[in-house]
Amino acid sequence: MMDNEKVKIRIKLSSIIRRWEFTIFGLLIVIFIINVILSPELFRIHNLLDATLTFTEKSIMVLPMTLLIISGVIDISVGSISAMSGVILGVCFKAGIGIWYAAVIGIFVGLVAGFINGLIITKLKIPSIVVTLAMMLFYRGIGYILLGDSAVRDLPEKFGILGGAYSITFIPIQFLIFIVLAVIFGVLLHTTTFGRRIYIIGNNENTARYSGLPVDRTRLVLTAVMGFVSGLSGVLLTSRIGSARPDIAMGTEMTVITIALLGGVYIFGGRGTILGVVISAFILGYIHYGLSILNIQEQVIRIATGGVLIIALLIPTFVEKIREKAFERSR
Amino acid sequence: MISKTGLKSQLSTIYRRREFDVFIVIVIVMVVVGLRNPTFFTKENWKDMLMYVSILAFISIGQMMTIITGGIDLSVGSVLALSGMSVGMIMREYAFLHPIILILTGTIIGLSCGFLNGLLIGKGRIHPLITTLATMSIYRGLVVVVSRSLWVAYGDITPGFRLIARGNTLGINNLMFSALIIAIVSYYFLNHTRKGREIYAYGDHQEAAKFVGINGANINMLVFSISGMLAGFGGVLWVSRVHTAQANTALGYEMQTIASCVIGGVSIFGGVGNVIGVLLGTLLFGVILNSLELIGIVDFYKLSAQGFIILVAVIFDAIISHRVAEQMRKQRRIFNDGQ
Amino acid sequence: MESILTLKNITKKFTGTLALSEVDFDLFLGEIHALVGENGAGKSTLIKIITGIHQPDTGEIVLKSETVSFHDARASYDHGIAAIYQEASLFEDLSIAENIYMGHQEVRPFTRSIKWGAMYNKAHDLIKSLEVNLDPRALVKSLSIAEKQLVEIIKALSADAKILIMDEPTASLTREEIDYLFKIARKLRSEGTGIIFISHRLEEVFEIADRVTVIRDGKIVGTIDKDHLNVDELVKMMVGRSLQTLYSKEDVQIGGPVLKVDCLSRAGEFNKVSFELKRGEILGFAGLVGAGRTEVARTIFGVEKPEGGKIYIEGREVKIENPRQALELGIAYLSESRGEFGLVLPLDITQNITAPILKRFARFGWINRQKERETAQKFYDLLDIRASGLEQKVESLSGGNQQKVSIAKWLAANANILILDEPTKGIDVATKAAVHRLMSEIAKTGKAILMISSEIPEIIGMSDRILVMHEGVLVREITRSEATQEKVLAAALGEA
Repeated sequence: MMDNEKVKIRIKLSSIIRRWEFTIFGLLIVIFIINVILSPELFRIHNLLDATLTFTEKSIMVLPMTLLIISGVIDISVGSISAMSGVILGVCFKAGIGIWYAAVIGIFVGLVAGFINGLIITKLKIPSIVVTLAMMLFYRGIGYILLGDSAVRDLPEKFGILGGAYSITFIPIQFLIFIVLAVIFGVLLHTTTFGRRIYIIGNNENTARYSGLPVDRTRLVLTAVMGFVSGLSGVLLTSRIGSARPDIAMGTEMTVITIALLGGVYIFGGRGTILGVVISAFILGYIHYGLSILNIQEQVIRIATGGVLIIALLIPTFVEKIREKAFERSR
Repeated sequence: MISKTGLKSQLSTIYRRREFDVFIVIVIVMVVVGLRNPTFFTKENWKDMLMYVSILAFISIGQMMTIITGGIDLSVGSVLALSGMSVGMIMREYAFLHPIILILTGTIIGLSCGFLNGLLIGKGRIHPLITTLATMSIYRGLVVVVSRSLWVAYGDITPGFRLIARGNTLGINNLMFSALIIAIVSYYFLNHTRKGREIYAYGDHQEAAKFVGINGANINMLVFSISGMLAGFGGVLWVSRVHTAQANTALGYEMQTIASCVIGGVSIFGGVGNVIGVLLGTLLFGVILNSLELIGIVDFYKLSAQGFIILVAVIFDAIISHRVAEQMRKQRRIFNDGQ
Repeated sequence: MESILTLKNITKKFTGTLALSEVDFDLFLGEIHALVGENGAGKSTLIKIITGIHQPDTGEIVLKSETVSFHDARASYDHGIAAIYQEASLFEDLSIAENIYMGHQEVRPFTRSIKWGAMYNKAHDLIKSLEVNLDPRALVKSLSIAEKQLVEIIKALSADAKILIMDEPTASLTREEIDYLFKIARKLRSEGTGIIFISHRLEEVFEIADRVTVIRDGKIVGTIDKDHLNVDELVKMMVGRSLQTLYSKEDVQIGGPVLKVDCLSRAGEFNKVSFELKRGEILGFAGLVGAGRTEVARTIFGVEKPEGGKIYIEGREVKIENPRQALELGIAYLSESRGEFGLVLPLDITQNITAPILKRFARFGWINRQKERETAQKFYDLLDIRASGLEQKVESLSGGNQQKVSIAKWLAANANILILDEPTKGIDVATKAAVHRLMSEIAKTGKAILMISSEIPEIIGMSDRILVMHEGVLVREITRSEATQEKVLAAALGEA
């Protein structure tokens, strides 16, 4: 090999290694190994795929959230929208509407909720963190207003297929939905004009506007899609549990954002990839599953989730400090 | 020299008007509700409401400090719960301990949590939103660990402990007294000490602040420690007031503190906010919550109502600042042909 | 005269470039010393070494006959060196007084509480000493750019700065404000302060400097006394060769009106502005900073809505509600502040150039990267952009090259009407000439250019017709043949 080529390969390799996706992929391997050591039975494909059931509902929300954050908008009301959609499904069903139609209505309500978020953010020009903070309470409240403390428990069994069942090749339907959506969003973000616009808007909103890009329209579409997928997630969750209740998906927004941030999405917008968040979804999913197999409670698992996020974000600071020390020493 | 004095004085009046607006709204709401349901004006109702508002007020002051520096503290609810639960558990085992010791313990727990936040943000250089998002989960998880899945129930509360919330100092209820003292101290700190002014400077323009020697890491550690400490203190008082501590105590409470700040005129971008505003914002928030109960709005509407309140406050804010900007633009230059 | 600051044999190397080579420089007590040179010549590196942001590889810095070395900006500040840049580093939501004394406010002995009264009084005294009229309690965010710069100067005074560095201070100031600034500079000079003045505007340099040092490619070319200053000489020193003419205007066949604006108004900004722009024409928009030209441009481009009047394109009345519609009508706007409105700094050259025209390379939304790169390459070559390649991130380009990328973007978008707002602001002389040449070529192809500029020589050199705005109103139209600097300036100031 010519020296020049060797140098080129080395540069390419180092740029890959330096990328965030590589780091978290390594993390995924580590988590996987730890899980398998702690619970050897995990190392069977059946269980591995079962594991995906618990976190796919959240993970599908990470995909539009990623696009949203890259474009400079955040939405912390997604958990509440999910819950509201689930409740609407239950209420419609109780009122006599067929279960599948009820599901569609629920998802549609999610879409509308996301759209409303988008309208307030773009037309009234209010920071998204504050708007979605308010809507988070508002939408969650609607769930409680409609159902109070009770739940709609007698959902038909066939509905449970959506959330809990497997397709022919023993891969859970939910997981398939996730993979398909991941591919769609990946293609959308990384190869289309729409995706390019998202990056430009997220990096410099003013320039985007002055370049004729439809900033408000793009963000509106993204918030609406976010609402749609949140609604879908709520419906899937409801399907898996078997009953519609207002207190599902609590804290989901935090998990979703955690997965996105761990996946390399920059909180201020302009950076992030679908590959990164997919890897990150698997990481958090397996941590969650592995710990729950060991009978650790939900809230305690959150300690691990929070911990992983912090450690992941400390890595860049840590690396920089080491570089600085090395630099000092060389002077 | 072209000095835009016109704009200048307009700006200062607008700034001062914010607290005034909130005050007016409070009065209006009180009148409207009072007419619908005179129980609003009873001593019991006011005492209950003010007790609730007091804790919210001083924790919101801590939240305000973090928001002024350009950050936010999403972990206050969890810190409150952790402190409350820990103190509750200790009280169960060692009922003989003097309440003051319990208060101190809770406060120190909160201080430690806040200090950890500050460390991660200041030295670890992780964004405050993300940090407190993560620690919110971590501390909440610790509540469950500490409680070993038990609750602190009415029977566990010692009389001495109950007095924390029920007792009086200098004739005023302890909770309100604490809120008052903390408000006064905070006001003094933020407006009359160097460190306090440095907090505003740092929140306003980080680089310029660094240049004049303000240490960003220290500022962060300071404000988050304070926020945590106040949340920890609040946790003890909370458990004393409601006589229980559970895994989901104060779940979502951070939103109420943020709401109070937003209503009170604290800018989410940093650099702007004051104690009086937060006090009024908290009061308005509490008054509205209370009013809803009294008008007969069922408990279930509370959540949506809270969200709605924040939304209204924020939209109100936005419309006003847009309008002000428009006015300022139109006033820059007057054309003499009737335009 | 006595030297307050001397740099001897300074060399500074960054990976790949020799930024400064064996530089000697000195500053006298009580002098205004201008530093001129093209972008990338080494001015900013030199300043960064003086202010301690960088450390020299070789050489020494002598301050008041003591050899010093600064490990950061704060250290130089503590030694009495203050720098004022275009972007003020002030606390917008705090008062002028607080800005001056932040970090070292006077406190009472026991309670450590701030002595507010004393602070406002001291601030007031400082302000008075400069013969300015500002209220120390005023919030900085309510001040104009010129006033903010004054606050920076006051800050420097309060820190007993003996050396003041002004980096392009006049870029956004009106003539009146520039006069004021110069008056203050001269006052400081008479009190013994040494001032280093950096500017691209040679007329100003002639006006204010006692000595002028020219730097080129990291080396000092020479230092000239004010009595021996000569524009052509200076430019030759800066560029290394004599430039033919700075303004290469060619005669172009001017066609019919492609844009017509009739009684356009926006409250508080401009009133009843009417004019026509013809094919092949370069229409110069002159006026003082703040006269309303940018606002007119932004309204034509659809960023703001007009509150009165009409716009016609090719004789047809149009309503332009956002930049996208403007683009569809063939209007492009090159903003004055390219970092904020013109470029996406973290992205690469290709992505910046193709931002408005992505649809062209897309089939059902999918971007054809090959075609995209080809188009970007075409304009990269056409404009002679100096970079390591299309993939270089725009933020690491020099000012001149960044401007070229902005222009490339609008050329690629096939605009027929180009509104250029201060197209050569903050750019070195060579690139300036290139941009002017480009403008002439564009006009030759039948496109129309509306050029907003605050540099009167540029306006006179490049325009076929000149429109002058004053305080939001179009006051005068001057043809190329009758244009003189005095006429334009007089109209801009509102006289005649």
